[in-house]
Amino acid sequence: MIDEGLKNQLHKQGIHVLLLENAYNWGRANSVWPLTFGLACCAIEMMAASMARFDLARFGAEVFRPSPRQADLMIVAGTVTKKMAPLVVRLYNQMPEPKYVIAMGACAISGGPFKQGYNVLKGIDRYLPVDVSIPGCPPRPEALIHGIIMLQEKIKGQKLTGPDRPRFLKAEVPGDYPVPAYAEDDLEPSKNPEVWHPPLIKR
Amino acid sequence: MDTNQHPYLVLALLMAVAVGFALGPLAAAWAWAKFFSPQKPGADKNAIYECGLESKGDAWIQFRSEYYLYAIIFLVFDVETIFLLPFAVAFTSLPAGAFVAILIFLLLLLEGLVWAWRKGFLTWK
Repeated sequence: MIDEGLKNQLHKQGIHVLLLENAYNWGRANSVWPLTFGLACCAIEMMAASMARFDLARFGAEVFRPSPRQADLMIVAGTVTKKMAPLVVRLYNQMPEPKYVIAMGACAISGGPFKQGYNVLKGIDRYLPVDVSIPGCPPRPEALIHGIIMLQEKIKGQKLTGPDRPRFLKAEVPGDYPVPAYAEDDLEPSKNPEVWHPPLIKR
Repeated sequence: MDTNQHPYLVLALLMAVAVGFALGPLAAAWAWAKFFSPQKPGADKNAIYECGLESKGDAWIQFRSEYYLYAIIFLVFDVETIFLLPFAVAFTSLPAGAFVAILIFLLLLLEGLVWAWRKGFLTWK
């Protein structure tokens, strides 16, 4: 790792230092391909974001792929029902790494207005590692674009080596997340304790 | 090595650059995958179907052999249409022999239809 002071010194002399890591992450961050995957009304805003008026192409994320094999980013756009949740997790498993998840809207984050419903998953973060959560019901296209920019910042900050490198670079960590199964009145298991860390609420 | 002496040298150079341009990124991607990103295959990732559902059963299913009758009846009408249309277009400039020939042809096809009708294949069950 190059020292920041040395980098500044070199920069003053007209020598620009670029780490391979930074170049790699820059390329990755500016060509995020989302999965064509809409679950509910948030998907309408997602479509609007990719169209001419809001033009997601400005941020390199306009190539919506119809197959999980070609996608980097899963935008969980809408209400995840318990019927749909195993399919969402399976699609996520089928995406090649590195892969990212944006929980778009109140439903994908927590179940939203349908939280008390018997058939709605109370947040996709129970099964998937969500990178960016975008609040709103539904969030405006600008909010989605902001979320994608936040994701880009996150991608740009990832390390390629060292102990704090992301999950996709660790060979010993399995790639597949456990897919929940349909049970009598809930999914089994009802959450993945590896990824779901609910905030501790003190009253 | 002068391009005046070897006029096709430019083409060879262009070819080499083109092949390098195509193979270079592939080689870089391969090297990157080999040295940086670990392979993580899984049961879900290697699954054939990609719409979130698990595939059930085998893709190699059998069709009932009785469907050959519908193929034959389709052929009767299909061949009839293909030959009747050019015949009808050129009808006024054709001799009488052509008319007789097409009638015989129609009779042959009609025979197949009558056979299928009498066997009861045209009744909906």
